[in-house]
Amino acid sequence: MHSFGYRANALLTFAVTILAFICAIASFSDNFSNQTPSAQIQILNINWFQKQPHGNDEVSLTLNITADLQSLFTWNTKQVFAFVAAEYKTSKNSLNQVSLWDAIIPEKEHAKFWIQISNKYRFIDQGHNLRGKDFNLTLHWHVMPKTGKMFADKIVMSGYRLPNAYR
Amino acid sequence: MGWIGETVDSIKSIKIRQLLTQAVTLGMIVTSALIIWKALMCVTGTESPVVVVLSGSMEPGFQRGDILFLTMTKEPIRTGEIVVFSVNGRDIPIVHRAIKVHERGNTGEVDVLTKGDNNEVDDIGLYEEGQIWLHRHHIMGRAVGFLPYVGWVTIIMTEKPIIKYILIGVLGLLVITSKD
Repeated sequence: MHSFGYRANALLTFAVTILAFICAIASFSDNFSNQTPSAQIQILNINWFQKQPHGNDEVSLTLNITADLQSLFTWNTKQVFAFVAAEYKTSKNSLNQVSLWDAIIPEKEHAKFWIQISNKYRFIDQGHNLRGKDFNLTLHWHVMPKTGKMFADKIVMSGYRLPNAYR
Repeated sequence: MGWIGETVDSIKSIKIRQLLTQAVTLGMIVTSALIIWKALMCVTGTESPVVVVLSGSMEPGFQRGDILFLTMTKEPIRTGEIVVFSVNGRDIPIVHRAIKVHERGNTGEVDVLTKGDNNEVDDIGLYEEGQIWLHRHHIMGRAVGFLPYVGWVTIIMTEKPIIKYILIGVLGLLVITSKD
């Protein structure tokens, strides 16, 4: 009952149980953080808007993205993955979500940013429905914790519209 | 050398009833582990409720050796979700993020394009020849939680099977020679 083997076993089991408990509590504490993120997106320019040889519409935009995601960081946060998606509806598809830009924010200091870029991923439709299309630009974020449950949320910004003709 | 003599003596002195009891106890441990695993599969709705991250394509968020907890609900797939999918011709499931989603209005079927956070290009090169979208039946689950470093045990046992055999051998020896 008091051999080295039993003692080592008891110690190891206890250590693993405590570690699992601490991870669970760290994750649970994320529920109590007060999160007030803010963001604004402006379309500076439609660079070009064409129909591809296969018949799908494609558009290239320059975006101006301003965001303050500092309040999302807690002590249990490893990184925040933020991305901007264009969301719109067509006659065939009830929802299209196309990610235009994403970034990994590793620290709180980098979470307040202003960036002007053209879309990192190609904005291609399934079909040729984009002329004159109203769409939303949504800033999504996924909080990846040091341990435990991952959280995600978004800010929807609506009122954007593509031109009526190709250019 | 005395230790080897003791081990040989204790193997010789095993009685049949004690051996059977130990075998049944071992069987109970194995089957209860299996029951817990199957129950987890039912609760989370996916065939693999826990996966180990094998590649560095989602760094720095998920490093090799982390484990991910998955669920699969009826909720539609949306961009940003980290999905685990398998394609025909590859038996290892891949854990990447959905970056494009097109959902059909009438049927609710969905076309999904994925990309690893740390990769330069999207996953079209990983899909089957000629496939440009993933569909719901390719997707095994969504990642909802994560624990770092715990998966290294599985990686070591898979990549160096010698260690797995040594571990099983030692455990088997301990079971046979223990007095209870």
